[in-house]
Amino acid sequence: MNVIETRQRGEASDGSGVGGRHSRIDGRLKITGGATYALEHRLENLTYAVLVPSTIAAGRMTAIDTKAAEAAPGVLLVLTPDDDLGLATASDWFGNRAEGSYRPLIPEITFNGQAVAVVIAETLEQATAAASLVKVTSEETQAIAGLDDPRAGEGNLVDNLTVSWGEAEAALAAVPVKVEGEYRTPREYHVTIEPHGLTATWEGDRLTIFEPSQWTHGMARSYAEWFGLPYENVTLISPFIGGGFGSKATASFYGALAAASAKKLGRPVKLAITRPQTFTAYGGRAATRQKIALGASEDGMLQALIHRGANETSMVGTWVENTGAATPLLYAVPNFSSENRLVPVNTVTPGALRAPGKNPSAFGIESAMDELAHALGIDPVELRLKNHAERDPQSGKPWSTRQLREALTAGAEAFGWSRRSPEPRSMRDGHTLIGWGVAIGTFPVIRAYGEALIAIRKDGKVEVISGAIDMGQGTYTILAQTAAEALGVPVDQVEVRLGDSSLPGAAVAGGSMLAGVMTGAVHKAASAAREELIALALNDPNSPFRESGANTLAIANGQIATPRGDGPAISIAELMARIGRDRIEVKRDTLPEALANDVGRMKAWTTMSLMRAPTDGDYSMHSWCAHFVEVKVDEDFGTVRVSRVVSAFDCGRLYNPKLVESQWKGGIIMGIGQALLEEGLIDPRRARVVNNNLGDYLVATNADIPDIEVISVGVPDPHASVLGGKGVGEVGIVGVAPAIANAVFHATGKRVRDLPITLEKLI
Amino acid sequence: MRDFSYHRAGSADEARRAATLPAAMLLAGGTTLLDLAKCGVTEPEQVIDISHLKGLDDIRVDAEGAYIGALARMSHVADDAGIRGQFPAVSEALWQAASQQIRNMATIGGNLMQRTRCAYFRDPATFPACNKRAPGSGCSAIGGVNRNHAILGTSGACIATYPGDLAVALTALDAMVHLGERSVAIDDFFLLPGGTPEKEHAIEPGEMITAITIPASPAARRSTYLKVRDRQSYEFAAASAAVGIELETDGRTIRDLRVALGGVATKPWRARAVEDALKGKALEPEAVRRASLLAVEGAANHGGNHYKIELAPRIVARAILNAGGAA
Ligand SMILES: Cc1cc2nc3c(=O)[nH]c(=O)nc-3n(C[C@H](O)[C@H](O)[C@H](O)COP(=O)(O)OP(=O)(O)OC[C@H]3O[C@@H](n4cnc5c(N)ncnc54)[C@H](O)[C@@H]3O)c2cc1C
Ligand code: SF4
Repeated sequence: MNVIETRQRGEASDGSGVGGRHSRIDGRLKITGGATYALEHRLENLTYAVLVPSTIAAGRMTAIDTKAAEAAPGVLLVLTPDDDLGLATASDWFGNRAEGSYRPLIPEITFNGQAVAVVIAETLEQATAAASLVKVTSEETQAIAGLDDPRAGEGNLVDNLTVSWGEAEAALAAVPVKVEGEYRTPREYHVTIEPHGLTATWEGDRLTIFEPSQWTHGMARSYAEWFGLPYENVTLISPFIGGGFGSKATASFYGALAAASAKKLGRPVKLAITRPQTFTAYGGRAATRQKIALGASEDGMLQALIHRGANETSMVGTWVENTGAATPLLYAVPNFSSENRLVPVNTVTPGALRAPGKNPSAFGIESAMDELAHALGIDPVELRLKNHAERDPQSGKPWSTRQLREALTAGAEAFGWSRRSPEPRSMRDGHTLIGWGVAIGTFPVIRAYGEALIAIRKDGKVEVISGAIDMGQGTYTILAQTAAEALGVPVDQVEVRLGDSSLPGAAVAGGSMLAGVMTGAVHKAASAAREELIALALNDPNSPFRESGANTLAIANGQIATPRGDGPAISIAELMARIGRDRIEVKRDTLPEALANDVGRMKAWTTMSLMRAPTDGDYSMHSWCAHFVEVKVDEDFGTVRVSRVVSAFDCGRLYNPKLVESQWKGGIIMGIGQALLEEGLIDPRRARVVNNNLGDYLVATNADIPDIEVISVGVPDPHASVLGGKGVGEVGIVGVAPAIANAVFHATGKRVRDLPITLEKLI
Repeated sequence: MRDFSYHRAGSADEARRAATLPAAMLLAGGTTLLDLAKCGVTEPEQVIDISHLKGLDDIRVDAEGAYIGALARMSHVADDAGIRGQFPAVSEALWQAASQQIRNMATIGGNLMQRTRCAYFRDPATFPACNKRAPGSGCSAIGGVNRNHAILGTSGACIATYPGDLAVALTALDAMVHLGERSVAIDDFFLLPGGTPEKEHAIEPGEMITAITIPASPAARRSTYLKVRDRQSYEFAAASAAVGIELETDGRTIRDLRVALGGVATKPWRARAVEDALKGKALEPEAVRRASLLAVEGAANHGGNHYKIELAPRIVARAILNAGGAA
């Protein structure tokens, strides 16, 4: 990557409080190797677990022979579906809990790579060698390899995703201009650099889990329920996470196996998912397809939109990758119809990957809008501005804030869009065809609750303590900034402790909501701590302010003084010494009164049942963006290089523009990989993803990434969060792939409707 | 990965003797060997470490040509001033191979010996059928995912691509592979799969690569390596071409031409038909493009790799025109 230019709008503060461009406070630890990740804990007496994957994709295991594995050097334990581990079913994400026992290993095989056994040995090498000796006999049945398998069929309608208003079919039939296309996205994977896995260790009936986690409390609950333990008996520790992207928010079967083995053996067990297993131990993004028909009047006003989407799911689980997630929100259209289907195939159950639903959804609608612009002969930016939705077309509610017009205008201006020559193949440089494309994106504001503890120490330092997590997005830093601002201390006087389920509660780090949730909680707790400190300063017999006559005090830069500065002024440390206090602790949560009890807290911290939809309340709340992309396509080779990106975002107020920009750019970079490179290649006969390693599953390298310019056009959104921010983590990827596909069309005249846009699709 | 014994060789001769033991394997940079051992593809009983041996990592370039010791690192060779000046295609092929980290570890001998990236070859647990790994077991790539597989030099037994870049440049430039007592022309060093895809090189037990030599020539001096792939770095070639060209003093008639293809064949693929069609002719874009189609004469498509038949000649043409200065 070359120089990254950044424009700032609407964020004046460069100070150390909220809105300041503070560098990541955990950055140094990570760069110097000082941050200990979950799988790096070297516990005494540690043993190693290795999973044995199924090599068939469908059928039933009839026998499993573990004798050779058990006899192999160093082997301590082999678990198979025959072993009842005595586990109980845990609750789902929403807190619903079915009766019955939980078996992490089962003989019914529904996907290639499904674990059928686990081997625990003294060393990783011994466990690996022994795992290859486990002999499985199965009755194989014919697998459905993926969405494209002719036997997969049309799938089953998901009733609650059917959305319609007006008369879409009739309106489409009546319009003068229409376009129709089918858009497809393949299986995509998180490929986090830190692999999944955990170390589990027991002390009596207390279980400690070191595991990378986007949700310490929710995952701790699963472990507690599996083992029939009180919630407090499980501690899940996850201070650093080497990439999550949605894949580390659930306790998984391998966690249950490791913890159960540790219990049986009376020794800690470490289970690390291997790189190939990261394609099967949990699900990536489901493959999708969607048919979209758009109809417009000749002046470019949308009249009808029909959307028929489908995504693959597994044979045993339901994953909805809603390709209709963005479709109804983007444009004002009087006649609309969207339906979505689920197609069960023999895969691991897919999961959440950065902007689930919204991302493939935007690929469909934003490609189709480009096709419509071309059919109408209208500039694609102009078409989008023309059809701007003044309120949420689906819920009918007003937007809380929507600076999408501003994003389109500011992005176009910075990109130089007005110099675009509209005809495809009209811009070139030697063998290189040049294309410019645009697409918009959106991501909902999801609200939830959080809790934080603020401690003021006698040395004047402030601690922020929460079980929330930081997977690189900057939680440590923005919470320090929030506490610093609310308390009136410099950021470097704030220490933040995160990533431990025994600490105060937090919602899942998912849905781009954690920053909004936790800045709210920390702001509240820190403001209360400030009040408490001031009350002590005014009332404590040993305080110098006792006789000052002031009825409040000011705290700034760690100094307490009378508001007009005419009385004493001392540091927080000095005040603590004078009043003889070691530590002041204040814990606050953001729960409404009705939920401020034990049951409510448990629900809020360990389930997703209290998450609030973007339209819950009087407004419809979303982040918005517009991406402008230049591509260079070699006309002989079909290779696409993204040479320029300018993206403008409305994410409300930015708590730390520097970190926000890196979230946006990260999303854009991932979007470039999605557009051009990423695809799980499925062997049609064995239903196995064969490029299950980092050499063959291609993600973008530095060389693939050009200058990226990001622009903020947001205004504080008081409805979205306490401090006025909207989500920033996921919106950045939404719309990147269609912007690139649209640019490729502009460059070459070829419309690629299935990702990724590899060279053979263009030669 | 199963247990193996590790032996640090005292000399090249000792290493060669030790390598005659059953299931013994030489270890140089280890970037292929360890990878394949982890996949369960190679299961050496003895690993004979040669990486530290002295005197095998020389790089010398003089008027006669280049001498590159088998243990020279990819990054060193790529960066060598003599190689860059006299054999630019070799340097360019190396720079575009793998990643900087791998190039810093990997050796020239090991690089020639790298194995195919055929996904089925690398996954023995799920795909037992692979003639290269288990002779006679069948070929899982036929009828499977074969976007990266070969269109040239294939047989009913195996369609795996030779993935390396360096060997393609060496093949165009008529390099020799030195195996201690004897030397083999590089084009003879790599074998076609035929009915024995497990046998990839003309190297016998008791032999190891000690060095590579490349004869100097005007065509070598005016050579280039063009690699095409979806990702801009750290990816094997979808197709590539190494080209060396010498023009007559008129500056447009082709006196000498060398063309080899990578990423499309079961071995580094010399395209003599293209060379013959253009030698003595004017370097003219249309003629070059037409002649380049001969590069894929007899190509076979297996479904996923169909595009290579169209792509490879375009790369050959561009590389010839680039090298000749007519692009
Ligand atoms: C992710 C990835 C991407 C890659 N991308 C590319 C690419 O784009 N282009 C490319 O060309 N290559 C690529 N490579 C391959 C890389 O160049 C080779 O792995 C490397 O050159 C091997 O050299 P080494 O010294 O590490 O060999 P080793 O792993 O030590 O040995 C490889 C084999 O050669 C044998 N051997 C080693 N030395 C000798 C000798 N002197 N005589 C006889 N036999 C010997 C060994 O026994 C072993 O079988 C890539 C590799 C990886 C892992
Ligand atoms: S192409 Fe060759 S290496 Fe690949 S599966 Fe077939 S026989 Fe094995």
